[in-house]
Amino acid sequence: MKPRHKRVAIIAGGLITLGVAAYLVLNAFQSNLVFFFTPTQVAAGEAPKNRTFRIGGLVKPGSIKRDNLNVTFVVTDTAKDMNVSYTGILPDLFREGKGVVAQGKLADDGKFTASEVLAKHDENYMPPEAKQALDQAELKKIVKTIK
Amino acid sequence: MIPELGHFSLILALFVAFAMGTLSVVGGQQGRADWMALARPGAQALWLLTAISFACLAYAFMTNDFSVLYVTQHSNSKLPDIYRFAAVWGGHEGSLLLWLLMLCSWMMAVSLFSRQLPDVMVSRVLGVLGLVAVGFLLFMLITSNPFARLADIPANGQDLNPMLQDPGLVFHPPMLYMGYVGMAVPFAFAIAALLNGRLDAAWARWSRPWATAAWICLTIGIGMGSEWAYYVLGWGGWWFWDPVENASFLPWLVGTALIHSLAVTEKRGLFRNWTIMLAIIAFSLSLLGTFLVRSGVLTSVHAFATDPKRGVFILLFLAVVVGGSLTLFALRASKVQSGGKFTLVSRETLLLVNNVLLTTAAAAVLLGTLYPLIIDALNLGKLSVGPPYFEAVFVPIMVPALLLMVIGSWARWKTDSVAELSKNLTPVAIVSVLLGCAAPLLAGPWSALVALGLTLAFWIILGSAVQIYRQIKNSANWNSTPISIWGMHVAHIGIAVFVIGITMVKGYETEKDVRMAVGDTVSVGGYTFRMTGIRTEPGPNYSAEVGDVELSKDGKLLRVMHPEKRAYFSSSMPMTQAAIDTTLTRDVYVSLGERLEGGDGTAWAVRVYHKPFVTWIWAGCLFMALGGAMAALDKRYRRKVAASAVKITGLAA
Repeated sequence: MKPRHKRVAIIAGGLITLGVAAYLVLNAFQSNLVFFFTPTQVAAGEAPKNRTFRIGGLVKPGSIKRDNLNVTFVVTDTAKDMNVSYTGILPDLFREGKGVVAQGKLADDGKFTASEVLAKHDENYMPPEAKQALDQAELKKIVKTIK
Repeated sequence: MIPELGHFSLILALFVAFAMGTLSVVGGQQGRADWMALARPGAQALWLLTAISFACLAYAFMTNDFSVLYVTQHSNSKLPDIYRFAAVWGGHEGSLLLWLLMLCSWMMAVSLFSRQLPDVMVSRVLGVLGLVAVGFLLFMLITSNPFARLADIPANGQDLNPMLQDPGLVFHPPMLYMGYVGMAVPFAFAIAALLNGRLDAAWARWSRPWATAAWICLTIGIGMGSEWAYYVLGWGGWWFWDPVENASFLPWLVGTALIHSLAVTEKRGLFRNWTIMLAIIAFSLSLLGTFLVRSGVLTSVHAFATDPKRGVFILLFLAVVVGGSLTLFALRASKVQSGGKFTLVSRETLLLVNNVLLTTAAAAVLLGTLYPLIIDALNLGKLSVGPPYFEAVFVPIMVPALLLMVIGSWARWKTDSVAELSKNLTPVAIVSVLLGCAAPLLAGPWSALVALGLTLAFWIILGSAVQIYRQIKNSANWNSTPISIWGMHVAHIGIAVFVIGITMVKGYETEKDVRMAVGDTVSVGGYTFRMTGIRTEPGPNYSAEVGDVELSKDGKLLRVMHPEKRAYFSSSMPMTQAAIDTTLTRDVYVSLGERLEGGDGTAWAVRVYHKPFVTWIWAGCLFMALGGAMAALDKRYRRKVAASAVKITGLAA
């Protein structure tokens, strides 16, 4: 094989690999991006139906109800509340009044079924998503009082 | 007094590192032997100062000196001694000090084991490492001083995060840091070569054992981290594609590409620029990992308190290192002559494909890791990229890499014939496919993915085995084969062992979350678990609820397992300690969830797993590391290369 052919072959091989990789990446990206919404956004209907997304906020005190492994609780950003149901074992640091992030889908009746409740690793740590939800709600309140 | 000594020694280390780094590099450029002679003693002095500083911090921890803020934040007088020592790197400031100590230890090693290298090379390598140390010393002294004192001395410390009170903390971070920081050595060799303007086979031979050594540490460190997460988090997972895990995996992927590319550069003098580029990228990714983990942009067990100053500093440092080395690369790389010729079917081509695949995989992982951060930084909303993305991208890229691995180690340098290769490899391929498709029938329901995984594993094992057999048969004296060849086979078989582990776990694991009261039984994967009791037991600094769970199979009692739920006195944070029964072919795993109200009050949510072949995942990592060690110990790396040494010194001026 001539050197020129070899170079062409190598470049072609590289381009094909890159193309396949790019296809895989974009394809997988499209279907695996998980967006985040605050309870206020969900209440305003901004969240998608039948697509996995994340919510965050505080676990409303007194809202946790257990029936064996089925748990329901309310996630709040202090402005709006959201009912969440989950089946399984909750992370160690899941507490009333503490920050939480849950991943799951929204049913037509407005109930959020979580497939995953995300753990924090430190008791003093607030998940950034949960913090953002609270901050936004706080901001809206301030804006309202000014108006 | 002692903490001040530690702080002072850090400040002194900054001056030593700066003087030693500058003089060594400049001395190398101007051919000043007196300045170059400072490199070795300078590096050793730097190590000593850092070690003193580290010892001072350790002393503060061991003596419960709560006047030091960092000790107060991460220790407690009730904490067991071993964790009080490991708590030195249990937080941000101390882990940076460990990072620095590791860097200086690598410098020390280079200064001791570089007798066969020309002085100008040693001087430049140590100089570049010294300048990297300057960056980290500045970072520590400006933003993260571990020796800061408190005016009001508290009676006791806030204790170490319970999750970190585990033997894993003693071994995982030092090993991983050794790997991270070790990538600085091939980086320094690359920069030295660029400064030198000469990248020849001798350079690759010098750099190779260091790159391999760093890669070994990284492999073991990642493996240990994965095992730690497996038994301590109580979720039974061994890899989560968490950004912090990815941060350590990225330098590993590029490092793997680098050690293969170095082989080509050493043996054939090819891919020189590419090798240099990989060395720069591998170290940059290590720094990027440090940035991701230390700046608080990530949600993780590894992310400590957030301080924007820190993030900005590391980003600046990253920009200087990456920008500087890429500029140097752009200026110098074009002067590098291309080496010999090779044909399309040759080991060179196959190693090139290996490199393309590994870097593509690294790029895909990097994209998935950084995308959410970029979107967040641009205020376009918050999102996350889940494990399915990484699996969907990573697996298809790795399948051809595994296929070509055997062919690559089989093919000859320069040129080989397709006919010859296929004559040798077709029987191996046929047997692998047959075994791979038959084996799942023994294990459980047949699935195409399991068959594919096992076929690849058999392909690698058989391919290596046949090669080893031929090597022994064809050489008069088996001792004549260099140990690095055996190392290659051991590492490749390690990959196969790893692939078997993943394939079997992914294919056949079973998991159940159940409610269990005393006397209840649950069955998973042919094993029966019976809860016989739950009691409270005191620990040194916690109180634990300990379950007694009888594990039996076919009516025969195997053992009693004791999963724990610990409540630490110093924090309200509970901790799950799973009970795991391990054999060569499977793990069974029990962990306590939470106490469930109602009924007789002693019911618990319990998670039980059956995980076939899960230990093979970590055994594979150990094999890879062992293979790496064998390769790095090859005699030829210790031989003095007098001829090229003279040439290089001659050209340096």
